[in-house]
Amino acid sequence: MPKSLDELQSLAKRIRREIIEMITDAGSGHPGGSLSAVELIVELYFDYMRIDPKNPKWPDRDRFILSKGHAAPVLYAVMAEAGYTPIDQLNTLRKLGSIYQGHPDVRFIPSLEASTGSLGEGLSLALGMGFAARMDASPTRIYCMLGDGEVQEGQIWEAAMAGAFHKLDNVVCIVDHNLIQLDGFVKDIMDIEPLADKWRAFGWHTIEVDGHEFPAIQDAYREAEATKGKPTCIVAHTIKGKGVSFMENNPKFHGTAPTPAEEQMALKELQ
Amino acid sequence: MPTKTKFEIKEGPATREAFGRALVELGRANKDIVVCDADLAKSTMTVYFQKEFPDRFISCGIAEANMVGIGAGLAYSGKIPFVSSFSAFVINKGYEQLRAAVAYPHANVKVVGTHSGISIGEDGPSQMSIEETSLACSLPGFVVMSPADEAAAKALVHAAAAHVGPVFIRTGRLKAPIIYGADQKFEIGKSIEVAEGKDVAIIANGLMVAQALLAADTLEGEGISARVIDMHTVKPLDRDAIRHAAETGAIVVAEEHLATAGMGVRVAQVVAETHPCVMEFVGIADTFAESGKPEELLEKYGLMAHNIVDAVRKVVARKR
Repeated sequence: MPKSLDELQSLAKRIRREIIEMITDAGSGHPGGSLSAVELIVELYFDYMRIDPKNPKWPDRDRFILSKGHAAPVLYAVMAEAGYTPIDQLNTLRKLGSIYQGHPDVRFIPSLEASTGSLGEGLSLALGMGFAARMDASPTRIYCMLGDGEVQEGQIWEAAMAGAFHKLDNVVCIVDHNLIQLDGFVKDIMDIEPLADKWRAFGWHTIEVDGHEFPAIQDAYREAEATKGKPTCIVAHTIKGKGVSFMENNPKFHGTAPTPAEEQMALKELQ
Repeated sequence: MPTKTKFEIKEGPATREAFGRALVELGRANKDIVVCDADLAKSTMTVYFQKEFPDRFISCGIAEANMVGIGAGLAYSGKIPFVSSFSAFVINKGYEQLRAAVAYPHANVKVVGTHSGISIGEDGPSQMSIEETSLACSLPGFVVMSPADEAAAKALVHAAAAHVGPVFIRTGRLKAPIIYGADQKFEIGKSIEVAEGKDVAIIANGLMVAQALLAADTLEGEGISARVIDMHTVKPLDRDAIRHAAETGAIVVAEEHLATAGMGVRVAQVVAETHPCVMEFVGIADTFAESGKPEELLEKYGLMAHNIVDAVRKVVARKR
């Protein structure tokens, strides 16, 4: 179901509106890191990945793991728009009994590839899936999105070492490099630079892109697929809170829901 | 197979050795069996599998957290991964991953810890796992097992592979005294009465089953008829067997584990819920052990047949 650039951009805008509405309704959640990841995930689900929402357990499907599970709203909006889950229930986010749990939970949404939320774990899961695909000679490719604060976890670097050592070229790690984590700017909490050089040093084919430009993202996913003998890491330069002026680059909106008044301002900007 | 013939210690292979051999059998029968190890394959005995199925053996290096995550990812893609290291390392360094990536989504991952307990000997406390029964049982949905000998380990490893869901198996470094004949059947969650008795029940697992059988023979000479139960599955516990054991009026639990946090306290909960009776607990006190010969350590830290005999005398006295 490849989409045109216009279609992708208008989908991205709709998903940003849904993110704002869901989190405002819930009264809690993580808008900043959801908004920064929109284009990267939309491109996967609506253009690049080999998936079939009507057959979510197709063994040879491509897989996406949102290791930065607190950005669940962007994944929920994308999966609902793609037809995996009911779109009319997005406003139940974080409420008792909702399938849209605070962090992704496969017990409630079996078409999710992993339950996430405890940071640092997703890339290891992706490697396990990469090994399984290789053993089965399956064309499956696995995409795993990390937050930039998340790479402070030691397990990420255990996985980085193992992915390159085992030449898992069916695994793509995407770092949503939006520069902000819960307590403030990444450079002030625990600097991770030079980030791309670190991945290169660990043996990953490493690409830096503008994480809000669909053509650049498409090129990066294509380059990753064409790269053999090593996994690829895409360091995506993004803007925390992208699309809503007062949320952009504002650490406050890492984990704070908009008020109803802020919601109205945000939705106006996202027309 | 209830028996009252005198029990004699006859050493068989270690339970980790039986695990390694069973993995090869499983690998031959099922191409979805995959093994992950963290630079201890020659000690956990996954090396046998590695030699025969190099394409299904994943060397994870000394990185247990990542190894457990890889196991989870394999399971999400339909494989049956066995993830193995020393108990102390896989359970402690991999615990968060066992919780979030294995237990939480109820992934079909089999975790086998070797070198459990203090009977590893000279390497000392940093390598000794004395708390993993408690940790593993705290993971919702996990089956937790502690086989006593080669036959038990082999059968329970096969049972773990057939079971759908997460499993933790505790195995040991030492040669294990032979408890069972070749015809013994094992079932997850079903304990085995290895000696009949009516005055008191000794509930043991792992290496302590043999010590319990030796203790029962000594007690027989004192006119105390002790039942011995191999509680090889700690979770889910065999509640029926525990209730029947409680009907003797006294229970002693014996395990090579912290006595305050292992099988004993879990058995006590079932006793309290079904048929309250007096109990005593043989296990490691609230402390770390030290380096030494295994038999010296088992003696010093109170894990011998005579410790069980003392506990039985005490519990029988309280019963009266």
